[in-house]
Amino acid sequence: MSQGQIVAGVLAPHPPHLVYGDNPPQNEPKSECGWETLRWAYERCRANIKALKPDVLIVHSPHWPTVVGHHFLGLPHFKGLSVDPVFPHLFRYTYDMKVDVELSLGIADACKRAGMHTSIVKNPDFRIDYGSIICLHLINPDWDIPVVLISSNQAAFYFSNEIGGEVAGDLGKATREAIEISGKRAVLLASSSLSHRHFVNEPDIPEDMSFERIHHHGQYLWDMKVIDMMKKGQCQELIDILPEFIEMAAAEVKVGSLTWMLKAMGVPTYPAIVHGYGTVIGTGNAVVEWNPLLQGAQR
Amino acid sequence: MSIVSKAYIVTGLPHILLAPEKSEGWGKLNAAYQKVREDIEKQEADVILYFSTQWLSILGYTFQADPEPEWLHVDQDWHELGSIPYHFKIDTDFAKTYAKEVDQLGYKTKLVNYRGFPIDTGTIVAQKLLNPNNRLPASIVSCNMYSEKDETTRLGQAAARALQKSGKKAIVVLVSSLSHRFHTTPIDPKYDRINSRKDDEWNRKIIDMLSAGEVENVAQTVREFARQANGDQKFKGMWWLNGLLGQSNNFEGQIFAYEPVWGTGAILAGLSPTEVITAPPLEATLSSEEGSQAEFVEALTNFDYMASPSGPRFAAEFVPERTRVPTAPSPRVEVQARSETRALADFEIVSKDSAEPVGNYPHARRYGDLLFLSGIGPRQVGSKDIPGITFDSQRNVIAYDIRVQTQAVIDSVKRILENAGSSLDKVIDIQVFLTNMKDDFPGYNEVYNHAFKNIRPTRTTVEVGSLPTPIAVEFKVIAKP
Repeated sequence: MSQGQIVAGVLAPHPPHLVYGDNPPQNEPKSECGWETLRWAYERCRANIKALKPDVLIVHSPHWPTVVGHHFLGLPHFKGLSVDPVFPHLFRYTYDMKVDVELSLGIADACKRAGMHTSIVKNPDFRIDYGSIICLHLINPDWDIPVVLISSNQAAFYFSNEIGGEVAGDLGKATREAIEISGKRAVLLASSSLSHRHFVNEPDIPEDMSFERIHHHGQYLWDMKVIDMMKKGQCQELIDILPEFIEMAAAEVKVGSLTWMLKAMGVPTYPAIVHGYGTVIGTGNAVVEWNPLLQGAQR
Repeated sequence: MSIVSKAYIVTGLPHILLAPEKSEGWGKLNAAYQKVREDIEKQEADVILYFSTQWLSILGYTFQADPEPEWLHVDQDWHELGSIPYHFKIDTDFAKTYAKEVDQLGYKTKLVNYRGFPIDTGTIVAQKLLNPNNRLPASIVSCNMYSEKDETTRLGQAAARALQKSGKKAIVVLVSSLSHRFHTTPIDPKYDRINSRKDDEWNRKIIDMLSAGEVENVAQTVREFARQANGDQKFKGMWWLNGLLGQSNNFEGQIFAYEPVWGTGAILAGLSPTEVITAPPLEATLSSEEGSQAEFVEALTNFDYMASPSGPRFAAEFVPERTRVPTAPSPRVEVQARSETRALADFEIVSKDSAEPVGNYPHARRYGDLLFLSGIGPRQVGSKDIPGITFDSQRNVIAYDIRVQTQAVIDSVKRILENAGSSLDKVIDIQVFLTNMKDDFPGYNEVYNHAFKNIRPTRTTVEVGSLPTPIAVEFKVIAKP
């Protein structure tokens, strides 16, 4: 068996609005489109990921928050109805996912070897978080690739963003180690927005794009600053600045998804492909791909 | 007619419902829930109204409007505790009336009536234990993650108006913990304890006021409490409750239980109105002001107030619980009660766990409610070694690591404070002496931040020509005992 590898990593935001705008059969609410900049960005990214023929998609999601250690799914199959508690009028999605339990437990074991606490979900009634489902749908709407989901442990962020980032980085290294042992080709999905201050109102027609804009210009400038670093391959500098970005832009990357992915990928130094940037109810979102085979293919 | 029969504050963590046998404290909370349920069954009421800090909304406020929501719930974090089946009955008419009142305040509202909508763990736990057979129809409103005091208070006032307009009398339930700092590593539930003494002290301050029925006073203390004890969702639910109950201190308080759940401060408290509660008119609430919050916090940080008698305010069945020392399974230690006025203490503290002083002085001295530490360097107990220093054969310093030295100082300060019955999180002021500000500040500051970023004592850092013994850093600390 050859050594496994991470064939790509994607900053994959999870606003339910994007699934709502797509009108897939699994989602009950129906729209008149909307948020095309981001949905079309996902379409471009999706084609690249499909071409890589990955064995598994691995998601780190802020909407599966845990306090004690990192949690993993330990059953091969989860299906059910996911209703977004904040935007239930936009997202009521019937999901049916296959879990790569072998790799899921492999990453948990690698975490334990590195001194981290872990927990395995063995309760079949467990409902998968909507953040994971949304970014998985947007990357692979056919649901024909097994998945591994990793909870976002928020305990380290009690202490500081810096310590939280370190813990997410350790999780990334353990993830990489387990992938290499597995012999599988994995794509990592950091399920996260950038700036994350929402408006507390929405138009009567949620997809009325005349209302869509960034919550605050300062957020936009911060988003552009970190995207510029991604485009220049300055990932270490990006990791270094994340604690300040988190504070200044209320960034969702606080829960560690981006740091996890970049550390797992060995902190890329090549330019990322920025497929698109757009706002969703005031938050800043970018679909960004790190693909060693396409490095430099900036669009 | 009063619009409220009685109000309760309850913690909605699944451990209490699903695993009461695993911990003495969780079992006590479960038993206290049964007492609250019996208490509710004695009251006249038409609806049980919930506000849970675990149901977060962004777009204004959401109201449960499914007449009979039903699901098999599993908590995302505590899934190993098991599944919770539920089938609730909702007062949808009241939900509509309440939403309409909130509409008038200009906030976005939404009625949710979707199969599979995820009702939050807190509400489920409370409803299962307080109203298991749906004796009272329930109403549930969300907690907006961005709302502050004024808005959350108005949300409570709108609930009062909705009750008045619908002619209904409510049991009001705030689902919230007090301090909300979980243990971040696995624990043996038998040895669960409040995460820190500071959290415990702040929880007890709130409990003192609740047991005296001082709802308005608690609401005025929320910001400071949240900052000091990481209040559950900033403990903002208290503002909602206060708005609904008329912003007064006219209640009889009753504490049914106060116990740790995985480090957080779990509470069950009851508040019986001693005056008729009526709803404020909309016009009066639109111009509400923040009130005297700042003055009240100032009063609370007065040490004399903190030492004032409060014991008799506790209900008969509440025995102030003891807390455990940080490392399980150590035995419990008493937290000093604030029920007796103390004479000013004045004595020396000598720490056997810290390097002996290099002169004629103690490690620390307590005077009144403050601990004053002598200058503490990085030297180690029982040896003349200084961590992080490399000497040549003539014992001249040829290199040193400021990070290692700073960490050693912080470790020593921590030991001395603990020997004095205090802890690092009670430090209120630090003076730091460096022998080389230019080269050493970044390294010292990095280590300092790891230890004190969340404690936030005041700090002064100065450069000095030299320090006794070849050390590069020394701390002078003042702390609360």
